[in-house]
Amino acid sequence: MTEQANRLLDGPRGPKPKRVFSRRNIFLYGTLLMVTIYYAIPLYVMIVTSLKGLPEIRLGNIFSPPMEVTFEPWTKAWGEACTGLNCNGLSSYFWNSIKITVPSVIASIIIASVNGYALANWRFKGANLFFGILIFGAFIPYQVMLYPIVIMLRELGLYGDLSGLIIVHTIFGMPILTLLFRNYFTSLPEELFKAARVDGAGFWGIYFRVLLPMSLPIFTVAVILQVTGIWNDFLFGVVYTGPEAYPMTVALNNIVNTTQGVTEYNVNMAATILTALVPLVIYFVSGKLFVRGIAAGAVKG
Amino acid sequence: MESSISIRDLDLRFGSVEVLQGLNLDIGVGEFLVLLGSSGCGKSTLLNCIAGLLDVSDGQIHIGGKNVTWAEPSERGIGMVFQSYALYPQMTVEGNLSFGLKNAKMSKAEISQRVARAAEILQIEPLLKRKPAALSGGQRQRVAIGRALVRDAEVFLFDEPLSNLDAKLRADLRVEIKKLHSRLGNTMVYVTHDQVEAMTLADRIAIMKGGQIMQLASPNEIYNRPKNLYVAEFIGSPSMNFIHGELKGGDFVADGLSIPMTGYEFADSSEKEGKAIIGLRPEHIATGDNLASAVSRTKAKVSLVEPMGSDTIIYASVGSHPIHIRMDGQATVKPGDEVEIGFQPARANLFDPSTENRL
Repeated sequence: MTEQANRLLDGPRGPKPKRVFSRRNIFLYGTLLMVTIYYAIPLYVMIVTSLKGLPEIRLGNIFSPPMEVTFEPWTKAWGEACTGLNCNGLSSYFWNSIKITVPSVIASIIIASVNGYALANWRFKGANLFFGILIFGAFIPYQVMLYPIVIMLRELGLYGDLSGLIIVHTIFGMPILTLLFRNYFTSLPEELFKAARVDGAGFWGIYFRVLLPMSLPIFTVAVILQVTGIWNDFLFGVVYTGPEAYPMTVALNNIVNTTQGVTEYNVNMAATILTALVPLVIYFVSGKLFVRGIAAGAVKG
Repeated sequence: MESSISIRDLDLRFGSVEVLQGLNLDIGVGEFLVLLGSSGCGKSTLLNCIAGLLDVSDGQIHIGGKNVTWAEPSERGIGMVFQSYALYPQMTVEGNLSFGLKNAKMSKAEISQRVARAAEILQIEPLLKRKPAALSGGQRQRVAIGRALVRDAEVFLFDEPLSNLDAKLRADLRVEIKKLHSRLGNTMVYVTHDQVEAMTLADRIAIMKGGQIMQLASPNEIYNRPKNLYVAEFIGSPSMNFIHGELKGGDFVADGLSIPMTGYEFADSSEKEGKAIIGLRPEHIATGDNLASAVSRTKAKVSLVEPMGSDTIIYASVGSHPIHIRMDGQATVKPGDEVEIGFQPARANLFDPSTENRL
């Protein structure tokens, strides 16, 4: 037992020490820092400019923080800025965008999830053909369909209306969302579906009571995808709605492009941030949910 | 024998691939039938057909005297247990057990009574409020069995239920399933690729290959009198020794080896001549104290020894034929030794090399 103390020799023992300033770390964090700055600077300029008064902007120091903070450009962008003829700011267009986004997100996700579920679990005759056609739809450029849809909406009496745009968004969300849901449901263990069938659950029973509660992560992904996609849409908004029903993005364009009088950079910046706020909030809020959903899904049940 | 499940001329095709062809199988009431085979032999497919999870291409399936070929899985009076447990992760154990009963619109009192009974039988009462994620593998599989139990099903279907468990747990649950069967007396169909499970659990084993049943018999019969070369090779670990040779005047003769076959029961009780393969189980080759009972003896040269505690497997050669032999665990043999071995023709198996059937 006296030799016990000599068993351990000098030299390496336990975990290998790690250097903080290794070449690898410097490169890694250096690159990350540069990319962060690259993306953060425009946002910084926007926020700073939107808090300055016009005289201060004219000095031309776009990077300097405001000497006198003012929220006046924000209230003006929201309530008074002129879009073409009327000067009511972005507020009414914000509500237009909400009225467009909420129903189209809900409708497209409901329909696409059921589509994906049917394609993944109930392989009906011609399912592959149906899926193929649907995916093919994702590759057709929007411009090709722009005018035919105008005619179709006109014939249906929905042209220039919010509901027409909602239908268009719902349909155009189908291919990618169906693919998303189909792949997710295919990845769930097939035995779960079989067990539910033996337990006597039908098409809707399995969907609502077995699969839906397991699908929070994919629904979160779908919501992020659709909200940002539909909120940021400009092309469909400007084509399929009239001036009263314009979504926020179109209104923003009109504010920024107004040629009367001086160009109010601070109001433009505030209006832009306001328009980008909804997708930004969605990312922040559901990003957390997304990670939690993924983690919960990783526990094998 | 009254049959609980009867499969008649069953065909199943996926496109142009024939998975099951003209399969006939009758399973008696209260019987424990094991479908055994290597992967891809169609055993799980057959089970899914019985459960109604796959539509058959042709033929009929009868359960409990009713033709259920077109019936939904839930209408067939079956309970099913899956390899991956397939518990609904967002429901508690209680929710998992009662899901099927709720779908059948059963009264609340009846549901709670049945859940309580199943929980008592499987000893999972303390787990009822937990979610599957908080259970161990063995507990999950008990809950999965419970889900079949509450349905009061006439027939239980097991699809490799123990394959995901570790060796110790597998042995424990195997015993429990056997106890459960003797207590409930239901018909059980059990799919596995593990021959130990098959031998210990089954009343009868159906060995499958390429969508066909190679042999359907009791474990004892399958072990001692395999009907063909495939079954002989598949059952037993370490597997049977095969030596190619010839039958001449009642003796099996191969290069440097001659075994008189007196006492061997030929399949149609008439002696054969000509080319043959002899199959000898490693544990049926006598060594040491057992030599006295052996009819013919010879010497074998040991090349490798595998001590396993309870017994020792030795790899040796007789003449030019490599064989492996199961010896007593206490045997002291080294590579290079010569051991005396003996053959018991009554326990040997002879096969026709061309048809691969038992002679």
